[in-house]
Amino acid sequence: MAKIRGAVVVNIERCKGCNLCVDTCPVNVLELQPKEVNNRGYHYAYMKAPDLCIACQSCALVCPDGCIDVYRAKTE
Amino acid sequence: MDINDIIKPENLVYTKPRLMNDNHMHYCPGCSHGVVHKLIAEVIDELGMEEKSVGVSPVGCSVFAYNYIDIDWIEAAHGRAPAVATAVKRLMPDKLVFTYQGDGDLAAIGTCETIQAANRGENIAIIFINNAIYGMTGGQMAPTTLIGMKTATTPYGRRVDLNGYPFKVSDTMALLEGTCYVTRQSVHTPAAVRKAKAAIKKAFQNSMAGKGTSMVEIVSSCNSGWKMSPVDANKWMSEHMFSQYPLGDIKDI
Repeated sequence: MAKIRGAVVVNIERCKGCNLCVDTCPVNVLELQPKEVNNRGYHYAYMKAPDLCIACQSCALVCPDGCIDVYRAKTE
Repeated sequence: MDINDIIKPENLVYTKPRLMNDNHMHYCPGCSHGVVHKLIAEVIDELGMEEKSVGVSPVGCSVFAYNYIDIDWIEAAHGRAPAVATAVKRLMPDKLVFTYQGDGDLAAIGTCETIQAANRGENIAIIFINNAIYGMTGGQMAPTTLIGMKTATTPYGRRVDLNGYPFKVSDTMALLEGTCYVTRQSVHTPAAVRKAKAAIKKAFQNSMAGKGTSMVEIVSSCNSGWKMSPVDANKWMSEHMFSQYPLGDIKDI
């Protein structure tokens, strides 16, 4: 059965670390960087568990700054 | 399958709308304004109105809305956005004219302009961001502030005997014969964002069809003004705001 795999790419410099994407993700893929910050000093979001992403786009829809790109691919 | 095999241009399913530019938004982290900006940019792109849209930005947090969406904008005096939009739409009826206002601009200083524009049935769309507080000036009480809600000017909570009742703008607008579509939406969850986008699209289509004034109220969070984290603010909003401002279409003809 074909399986859907997803991946998100966060625009690091645009991210303000508001945590809304982390909270809304149904499979807990995302997390804020615990230590790293971007040029503006925000702890940006990154994929903690890339294998779990289902490309549902929830994170990108609620992101106020439009910094998330979502990719979807089918695997065998 | 490696993650680099997924991240390819042909697999892209969601990205920042084309009309939203790369300027860094001045809004606080987690502010609902950004989501609504994104929706407006998406809707205008889908309707193919990029060259024909004129937005009227208000005074308030969203005063710099013209910096973020690549369409034509006019900056109106405080509260006068519907009056400016009336002029633009009457002079250029083929344009998509919309105003983007907060609750200080639309429900406080601009109540007269808003109600009169709607009563005349001007063919404009009004996007109303209701976050129950004056965000830009530091969190003072707005007409839409909930009873008992603490703000900078009501430190012990809003009192009915002193400050009156929360102003339900959309319900008032729905009573006017000039309005064709009045709805209240939110953008706190992915489902709500999709519904809000459909509402904005419908309002813009009504404006182009000349059916009358459309108003989309977006119940929003102001995490800085409410002094909460963005996630907590969204939670507080769904627990407290929606009982006073229930979501859904109020008028649709």
